[in-house]
Amino acid sequence: MTNLTLPYERLTYLENFGHSLKAASYLYHPTSVDEIESIFKFARQNGLKVTVRGAGRSYNDAALNGAGIVINLTRMNKIIDWNPKTGLVTAEPGLTLENLWHVVLPDSWWPPVVSGTMSTTLGGCLGMNIHGKNNFRMGPIGEHVTEFTALLPTGAQVTCSPTRNGDLFHSMISGMGMLGVFTSITLQMKKIESGFLEVHAFAVPDLKTHLQAILENAPVCDYTVGWLDTTAGGSGLGRGQIHAAKYLHEANDPEMKKGLQVQNQTLPATMFGVFPKSIIHYFMAPFTFNLGFWGVNTAKYVASLRDETYRQSHAAFHFLLDYVPNWELAFGELIQYQSFIPKETAEDAWREILTISQKRGMPSHLGVTKRHRPDKFLLTHAVDGFSLALDFKVTRGNRAKMLVMLQEFDKIVLDAGGRFYFAKNSETSPESAAKFLGAETVARFKALKQRTDPNNLLESDLYRRVFAV
Amino acid sequence: MPVNKTTAATPLQPRRRAIIIGSAQGLGAAMARRLAREGYLLGLADRNGELLGKVCAEINQAGGPGQARAYVHDVTNTEEVPALLQKIMADLGGLDAFIYVAGILLPTTPTTYEFDKDRKMMEVNALGALAWYNLVAPIFQALHSGTIVGVSSVAADRGRLGNPGYNASKAALDTYLEALRNRLTRHGVHVLTVKPGYMDTDMLKGVERPFLVASPDKAAEDIWNAMRRRKQTIYTLGAWGLIMLIIKHIPSLIFRRLSF
Repeated sequence: MTNLTLPYERLTYLENFGHSLKAASYLYHPTSVDEIESIFKFARQNGLKVTVRGAGRSYNDAALNGAGIVINLTRMNKIIDWNPKTGLVTAEPGLTLENLWHVVLPDSWWPPVVSGTMSTTLGGCLGMNIHGKNNFRMGPIGEHVTEFTALLPTGAQVTCSPTRNGDLFHSMISGMGMLGVFTSITLQMKKIESGFLEVHAFAVPDLKTHLQAILENAPVCDYTVGWLDTTAGGSGLGRGQIHAAKYLHEANDPEMKKGLQVQNQTLPATMFGVFPKSIIHYFMAPFTFNLGFWGVNTAKYVASLRDETYRQSHAAFHFLLDYVPNWELAFGELIQYQSFIPKETAEDAWREILTISQKRGMPSHLGVTKRHRPDKFLLTHAVDGFSLALDFKVTRGNRAKMLVMLQEFDKIVLDAGGRFYFAKNSETSPESAAKFLGAETVARFKALKQRTDPNNLLESDLYRRVFAV
Repeated sequence: MPVNKTTAATPLQPRRRAIIIGSAQGLGAAMARRLAREGYLLGLADRNGELLGKVCAEINQAGGPGQARAYVHDVTNTEEVPALLQKIMADLGGLDAFIYVAGILLPTTPTTYEFDKDRKMMEVNALGALAWYNLVAPIFQALHSGTIVGVSSVAADRGRLGNPGYNASKAALDTYLEALRNRLTRHGVHVLTVKPGYMDTDMLKGVERPFLVASPDKAAEDIWNAMRRRKQTIYTLGAWGLIMLIIKHIPSLIFRRLSF
């Protein structure tokens, strides 16, 4: 027999969000649980590993599987049930946040936790247990899941809730898709009165003030997020702008009904109202080098010096990554380094990290800060502290130096009692992961894996990098 | 498939992957070492398991455990190729380059006729390669990328009286590679034909008066450069290109009366 048995015509290169990684996989787009089961069977017969993929927005290898099977669930995206009175929605895992809010907003509801882009799928959101700009008050998305059903590699189909199969509930959410495949997800939406938020934007002159401002605002505002000027050094290290947002209530918003219509949630249309959005990233590209980063960051800080309060639609406030289509293409190859550090040690750790990045001539071009609190999910990334997300542009010239720098950052973060998020960092070693997760968590995860997937059918490049032998 | 620090590909530690058929010694082993230095993850196949193990051990010592994996394979066993290719690809986590180096020269005299030798050379030098190319080509075509390398020979350029079977086996490979190039270039796949003259390996043992002899390491360097620069056909050493140009153009009227 001289022919390939594997469906090589399905072989496709898939990438991470930042276009800095690619892997060739046999790609499937099932639309039913039966189809997923038959793909599992085929994989077993041919000794292939399987990774489940949603929108592929992870900055690392979470949804990549070199020379294995990738099941893309974006076509399995129906809303199974939506109750506009209770705010409970049940949907297939491929439904995106975008299509979700399009449906629930007109009925005066909004997803309780959203990521910075609306293109993510519910399955991916749960697999990574996403957090939003309201993590301190509302926790991660897992805390708003009332129930889900899942297909396990053993063939079993389970229903999980916080009180039923609780161990699976709290581990499949945050489990990176390694314990099973979500087949339906039931979420509790958040009741809102207005399609708009009241946003207070103000400048903070240094890191200490920056973190203090977030600390003060997060408990009393509905959403709090900070932008950090990663190119400012010296006494201005860590300066930036805080956006603290509150829901608008009927009393303050006479135009309430209008805001709840999807078309009035428009994202800012164009630069200067002229350039078509699709080509904006070409014009960004010339600025993606150190001096350009400094210029853009400095201009933004100067513009932020004026205190402002204004109204902004939910979509415009949350989905910053969707303003410019394909913006990440302007950066060539992009990675993100995001660390979650307890509030006591965060300032010192980030002072060191930011200083090192500037000294080495590899400053991040974008820094975003948030407030967090712990949660009960097994592989969670959250702490009672803050997160700082740093974007870096990868070039052939800086690869080796950047690797060394990020390894140093890992040590600083771990020494400060920090954690990492499996949807972002691309260089985390198994030793670093074991360190922040702790031996007990790793053992529990391995035991659950042994139970739900004894033959290791589900593997991803991320899982192998961080967990496997 | 176990992955370790050496083999996990990340944005800051990217990995490319190559399969080399015929890599226990000579040019194949030199190619393995050269690509290993570039950080390639390697699937190395050869029928000589012992020597192959030594090549892998040397590479893994320098580069890290798992950088080179050994697969014992006799190219005349064409039925085992599909399963083996799938296994190696799964072990490596992908494939960027496929290099066929395996080849034998069974010496003969200008007045001897031995079909068994001819057949053996056809099987190893040509058919073995075809069994692999027929499977790698559609994979690279589907991916719209990849590099296929074939080690032909100056012997492919013209039939000569010394060893017709060897000439024919290399010419078969040569023409097949050209056809593959015509099929695959439009799909973004690079097909490189390598034509060594004399090279300082086992195969040189039967040759009486070698000249312009390349070392396997020098040839491997030439091949790596040609892979990088997306050349189509190269001679190694380069001077053989000029020599063969002349030889190819000697009219048969004269050539068939010569004694080489």
